[in-house]
Amino acid sequence: MLNHILIRLVRAFLTLMLVMTFAFLVLRLSGDPAIILLGPDAPQDAINAFRERWGLNDPLWKQYLAYIAQVLTLDFGVSMRDQVPALELVMSRIPATLAITVPALILKVAIGIPAGVYAALHRQSIADRGVITLSIFGFTVPSFVLGLILVLIFAVTLGWLPSGGQDSWRHAILPIATLSVGGIGIMARFSRSAMIEVLGQPYIRTAMAKGLSWRDVVWKHALPNAAVPIVTLLGFMVGSLIAGAAVVESIFSWPGVGRLIVTSVANRDLAVVQSLLLVIACSMIVANFLVDLAYGLLDPRLRSKRAAH
Amino acid sequence: MTVAALSAEAPAKQGFLSRLRQKMPVLIWLCALWLLAMVLVAIFADQLRPYPITKMDLGARMAEPGTPGHWLGTDDLGRDVLSRLMQSIRVSLVIAFGATILSAVVGTGLGFLAAQFRGWVENAVMALADFQAALPFLIMSLAVLAFFGTSMVLLVCLMGFYGWERYARIARGLAISASAQGYAGAVVQLGAKPSRVYLRHILPNVASTLIVSMTLTFPEIILMESGLSFLGLGVQPPQTSLGNMVGFGREYLTRAPWIMLAPSVVIVLTTLSISLLGDWLRDRLDPTIR
Repeated sequence: MLNHILIRLVRAFLTLMLVMTFAFLVLRLSGDPAIILLGPDAPQDAINAFRERWGLNDPLWKQYLAYIAQVLTLDFGVSMRDQVPALELVMSRIPATLAITVPALILKVAIGIPAGVYAALHRQSIADRGVITLSIFGFTVPSFVLGLILVLIFAVTLGWLPSGGQDSWRHAILPIATLSVGGIGIMARFSRSAMIEVLGQPYIRTAMAKGLSWRDVVWKHALPNAAVPIVTLLGFMVGSLIAGAAVVESIFSWPGVGRLIVTSVANRDLAVVQSLLLVIACSMIVANFLVDLAYGLLDPRLRSKRAAH
Repeated sequence: MTVAALSAEAPAKQGFLSRLRQKMPVLIWLCALWLLAMVLVAIFADQLRPYPITKMDLGARMAEPGTPGHWLGTDDLGRDVLSRLMQSIRVSLVIAFGATILSAVVGTGLGFLAAQFRGWVENAVMALADFQAALPFLIMSLAVLAFFGTSMVLLVCLMGFYGWERYARIARGLAISASAQGYAGAVVQLGAKPSRVYLRHILPNVASTLIVSMTLTFPEIILMESGLSFLGLGVQPPQTSLGNMVGFGREYLTRAPWIMLAPSVVIVLTTLSISLLGDWLRDRLDPTIR
């Protein structure tokens, strides 16, 4: 188990390095940030001073090494536009994003999993069909369409809720609804199929044959086994808590990380984009790592299988 | 066929299954019909559309749907929504088709390579897959597109990376387990080259799973492209795509909602049809999942 954790840690670190390299290469190779930021009409002196200041005159490998060294000391550079530390800027946006993504995640789990499990236990019932239909709609309607339709209904036509901004909790309702509907659908569908697959396994038949009550079969044999794939999906959802709301934040002018990504990419604010990519990748990697640990706890078979790898 | 499929409960559910089989086709027929219509529109967009997509009719700006000559209305510049919709369907479908095939080929290829060579090749492929999984695709695309500018080719290539890691993982896993089953070993023993083993023997055996993954990725790519275009970073004007239409229509949400609703309905119906069709195909092709 310890070995397994170590291997995962090394892989997580390698992934992080890859993300860092990717960010660095894409951003540096695609154009001259000095001209983009100062404009094509900027005087040559200003451009030279800018390039000197941000080390843009050095060869690429030197910039890269300097960048790695900087990152290792947790110094992510300064936003070229706002002159504040990039990491600080990113961190300052995270609470706003979490304020809509965490409630959405709770709704996904609290509604999606029970709905999926119920549907699996009552296959072909009206409830099952309802869950399937709703879940298919839930994840085929893109978030920007859903968001705009919700705005059209609740903000424009009915006038009940504001269509954008972040002044009160009422402003958060539509973004949270938009974020959670699709996720509830995916969660329900996933839990349903995981549960159905488990219910078809021989050990369920064995459990029933030895005379366990249906309740015990479901709670002690089916659910723990169905939990493994569900946790995978959950890990993915936890990992995208920070970055998963870019479109929704843009629709509702919600001042979170997603909007920061869009604006800083548009402004080519290198330091901010790089730290955003790293923070987002970190959150995904940590979530994946936790999922891996959870696998080990949930399923002893995987533990030994993975250790043997 | 698993034991489960033969289990004691099967006869009781058979009634439901056969009823489902009889019931499903109507819905599946509708889905297939819709998709066929979309494909035809995509192919014959030039012949079908009543107006060129950039033709402005400033006298009839924001005409409501049902106006003679502009059956789906016009947008803020008086351009015919129906004509633009047809072109958008073509653009979005071309991107999605190209990208789905690209990512399936790349992913499956890398997965097979990992299964064949193991060792560092496998580790490298898996590290790349980890990298892809660690960076949300939308974020990665935003970075790449905003910095390299947008062109159709770049967009297809970029979308072609969508989901490759899933094919790679599936293909690797299936190929490894296939090598452990007798048939792959047998053809290797007979002296077949690896390329023959993988393409002629293993690929057909794992194809159904891969096809099901494709039906899952396809709508996701449509949604991803529309999302990017919606944010203004995908397909650029004067060219148009479904997401791009929604994105621009958004500004006229209160006065002319049809500009945004027409492409939205097409997106939803198309992704819905493919998902339903994919589910049905999976039921047909994969006997282990009922």
